[in-house]
Amino acid sequence: MSPVRKPQVRVRYSKLGKLRFTSHRDMARIWERSVRRLQLPIAYSEGFSPRAKLSFGLALPTVFESQAEFVDLTFTEPVGVDALPEQLTEVLPQGITVTGGVVLEGKVASLQESVEATSWSLFVDGDLDELRTWSGDLLAADELLVTRERKGKSSTDDVRPAVLAVEVRPNADTEVPAAVEIYAELATKPRALRPLELLDIKSPDLTLKRGRRINQFVTPVGARLDPLEVGAAEALLDAEIAS
Amino acid sequence: MSSSLWDQLEPLLARVEKPARYIGCEDGAIEPEYTDGVVSWLLTYPDTYEIGLPNQGLQILYEILNERNDAVAERSYAPWTDLEAEMREHNLPLFSVDTHRPARDFDVIAFNLSSELVYTNVLNCIDLAGVPIRAEDRDHTHPIVGAGGHATFNPEPMAAFFDWVGLGDGEEIVGDVTAVVKAWKDSGSTDREEVLREMSKIQGVYVPSMYMPSFEEGVTDTPKLVAMTPRFSDVPEVVEKRTVADLADWPYPKNQLVPLTEVVHDRLSVEVFRGCTRGCRFCQAGMITRPVRERPAEQVRQMIQDGVRRTGYDEVALTSLSTADFSGIVDVVKATIDDEEMGCSDVSVSVPSLRVDAFTVDIAAELQRGRRSGLTFAPEAGTWRMRQVINKLITEEDLYASVEGAFSQGWRRVKLYFLTGLPTETDEDTLGIAELGRKCVEIGRKYTNAASVTVSVGGFVPKPFTPFQWFGQNTIEELNRKIYLLRDEVKKTKGLQMKWHDPKATFVEGMLTRGDRRLGPVIEQVWREGGTFQEWSEHFDVEKWDQAMADAGLPIEFFTYRHREEDEVFPWDHLNAGLHKDFLWHDWRDALNEVGLEDCRWTPCYDCGACTGYGIEHVVASATPPAGGSQGTGQDLARGHEVPVDLLARPSLSTA
Repeated sequence: MSPVRKPQVRVRYSKLGKLRFTSHRDMARIWERSVRRLQLPIAYSEGFSPRAKLSFGLALPTVFESQAEFVDLTFTEPVGVDALPEQLTEVLPQGITVTGGVVLEGKVASLQESVEATSWSLFVDGDLDELRTWSGDLLAADELLVTRERKGKSSTDDVRPAVLAVEVRPNADTEVPAAVEIYAELATKPRALRPLELLDIKSPDLTLKRGRRINQFVTPVGARLDPLEVGAAEALLDAEIAS
Repeated sequence: MSSSLWDQLEPLLARVEKPARYIGCEDGAIEPEYTDGVVSWLLTYPDTYEIGLPNQGLQILYEILNERNDAVAERSYAPWTDLEAEMREHNLPLFSVDTHRPARDFDVIAFNLSSELVYTNVLNCIDLAGVPIRAEDRDHTHPIVGAGGHATFNPEPMAAFFDWVGLGDGEEIVGDVTAVVKAWKDSGSTDREEVLREMSKIQGVYVPSMYMPSFEEGVTDTPKLVAMTPRFSDVPEVVEKRTVADLADWPYPKNQLVPLTEVVHDRLSVEVFRGCTRGCRFCQAGMITRPVRERPAEQVRQMIQDGVRRTGYDEVALTSLSTADFSGIVDVVKATIDDEEMGCSDVSVSVPSLRVDAFTVDIAAELQRGRRSGLTFAPEAGTWRMRQVINKLITEEDLYASVEGAFSQGWRRVKLYFLTGLPTETDEDTLGIAELGRKCVEIGRKYTNAASVTVSVGGFVPKPFTPFQWFGQNTIEELNRKIYLLRDEVKKTKGLQMKWHDPKATFVEGMLTRGDRRLGPVIEQVWREGGTFQEWSEHFDVEKWDQAMADAGLPIEFFTYRHREEDEVFPWDHLNAGLHKDFLWHDWRDALNEVGLEDCRWTPCYDCGACTGYGIEHVVASATPPAGGSQGTGQDLARGHEVPVDLLARPSLSTA
C-alpha cells in the first residue's frame, strides 16, 4: 500500500585502510550521521523509533576492504547525484570514498535481493605454483563438498557451482605484505560461498593477509552488470518488452 | 620521532573482537605533530574503549593540551583480554589509538580514575606500556605516571604506583604540569625527584612520594594512621583541589569525538553545570565538585548547535549531576528543538539524572521523542525517615506525582534507584523500598496493564569527603540479607521487579575507597593473579581480593566495616576537597538525628568550605529555585514559580 514511490539514489563507495576493521553495523551508523550532517532530505521509517532509510547490500565481513560497496538512500524529495559523491566523501571518515551514484528509476530490486555474485582479491602468503595447481584442480572438479557451520547448524553442500572464477597471480599491490593474490568470483545464491570458506578448502592454515572486495554483480536481464548500471538495465528491459 | 606500532598491531587485529576499538580515526581525533621540546601526554582510560571513549573529562583535556604550543596529547584505552594476550605474546606494548605510538615514548601517562574497581587495570596498562608499575622503580627515561578523576580524592591505595595525581578540575592543572615537565626536560636533568617536587607545588597536584605516613606504635591490633607528613619543607602540608571558577571560560569539548564503532553513550554531550549542592550525604560527586558553576545558557545552545552540525548526532545529552536544576534548562531546550536553522528538528534532548518531581517529568515528556519506554528516578531510600538521614528530601507525594506523571503521559516502565546498607537503616526502611514500588505499580495500573516498575538496589559504599565517611560499611552478609529480604517482598507484587548490585563488588569498592597505602600490595597481588577488568562481572573475582588481604595480613574488618571515630586521621586528611572536616562531622551528626540541610544555592551559606576556602562562588543564573524542585532543598517548592512546559512543545517529527 505504498503511496507515491519516494526518490531513491544508489551510491558506490570504497572502504580501504584502517576503516576495514569497522563492522557492517558500524558502517550503518557512520552513514546515518553523515547523511544528517549534509542535511540531505533522507526519509525515515515509520514507527516509534524512526530510522533513516539506508539500505545496504551484502554485509562485508569485518577486516575486509572493499572497492565496491553499495547503499540505496531513500529521500523525501529528489536529490541530484552529480555533487553527491564529493559531498558524502567530505563528511565520511577518511578511508571511505564515494565513487559514483545513480538515481534509481522505477522499481528496482534491493541490493540484498539482486546481487548474485561478488569478486574478491585475497592476499595470502603461499607458494605461487602450488596455489596455481590448487586453483586449477578446483576449477576442474565436478563437485566440491564442503561442511560448514552457520547459526549452530552444520551442513554439507556442493559449493563448486558457487566458484565462478579463480585466478592465482603474484601480488602487485605494494601496500599489502603478501606474496600471492587469489582473485575469485563467488556466487551469492542460493547460499553464498564466503571468501574465507574458499581459502579453507585449500587449507585452514592459509592465513589471509588482506582481503578486498573488488566488485558486486547483478544480472537483471541476463547480462552481468555493476549495481550502478541497473537503472540503465531497467530501461533496456522496458524497451525489449515494448518492441 | 615517529614510531607507529600500526604495522605490528595490524595483523593481530584480525584475530580479536571488535577491532575497530583500536584503530582511532574518529571524527575529532588529532594526530599531533611532535616538534622539539613539546611535552607529550598519553591520556589513558583504564577500561574498554566503549566505556572510555565517551568520557568527557578525558576529551576536554585532550583538546586543551593539543591547543597548547608546548604540549601534545593522544589517547589510549585498556585493550580487551584477547588483544592483551596477543600483545604480550608478540611483545607489543600499550599504544595510543591516534598515531599508534608506544605508551613508553610519552612524557606523561595520565589515567582517568573514575572508580576503585579499575585500579588493577591501571597497573596492567602501566605494565603493558613497559614501565615499572611502582613509581620508585622508574627513572628519568620513564614517563611520569599520573591520574585525575573522582577516585583521586583518596589515591592512597594507589600511592605506590602514581607519580602524581590531580585533585579537582583538570583544565588548569594540565597546563601547569606541562610547564613544569617542560622546564625539567629542557634542563636536561636526570633527577626524577626534582620534577616531582616541583610538581607538588602546583595547586591541585599531589605527589604521594613527597609524603610519609606514620602509624600508631605499640598497638597489638592493626595500627591506625596517625599522620601524613611532607618530606620537604617546600612541599605543602595540605594539597588543595583545583576548581575552575567559571565554566564559560572552558567551552570544551569543542570537537567531541565521534566514534566509528558503538560506545556506551553514543551521542553529543554538553555539560550544563558542574558541582551540586543538593547535599545528598551519600554522594561523593556532589561534595567534591562544589560549588555549582553553570554554563551560560547561550553558550550551551551554541555548543549544541555546533556539535549537532559537526557530528551528525541526533541526540544530545545535557549533562550534570542534576540537570533539571540548570536554571537555563527551559531556554536551552526550547532553543534547541525550535532551531530550524540547525537542521536538527529531529534532535532529541536527553536529561540524565532526573530529579523526582512532576516538573521534571513534564520536561522529559516534552523531550522524549517517539517511544516512551522507560523513565528512571532515584529516591535512594524507601522511607521518609531514611531519606532525611541521607538528605534526599523527596516526599512520597513527590515520587507518586512523578510516577503518575510518567504513566499518564505514556511511559510504561519506571525504574527506581535505591541504596541499601545506609546508616541507621532498619528492615522497615529496607522493606519500604518494596512498599514504594508496590504503590508505583498500583498507580501505573490505572493507565496500563503493562505497567512495570523495577527497583534497582545498590549496596551503599561510604566515601571520603562525605558526611558518611565515618560510617562502617555493611558486610557482604548483611547486604545479602537485606537484598533477599527485599527480594522476597518484591516477589509478592506482580509488575514489580528487582535488580541488585553484587555485594561482593560493593565490598571491594568500599575497602579500596577509604583505604591507605597498606592496600597497595593487595592491589598489586590481585593484578599479578590476573584480576583485571574487575568492573566486569565476568572477570570480577572476590576471592583474589580476600586472598590478597589475608596474604598481606590486613583485616577486612579494619578497612571496610569498622565505624571510624570522630578524631580518626583519614588517609585523605592531607588532601582538601574544600569541605571543612568539622562541617562534614556536623552533617554526619545531623544525619543521625534525621535533620535535613537545605540547598545553599537558594538559601544562606552554611560555610561548608568549598566556596569560602578558595574565594569562589556559585555561578547560578537564577536566584530562585527551579519550579517543583523540593528534592533536597527541604522547601515546599511544588509548582514554585513557573511551570513553562507548554513552551516546550516540539514540532511533530516528520516521518514523511
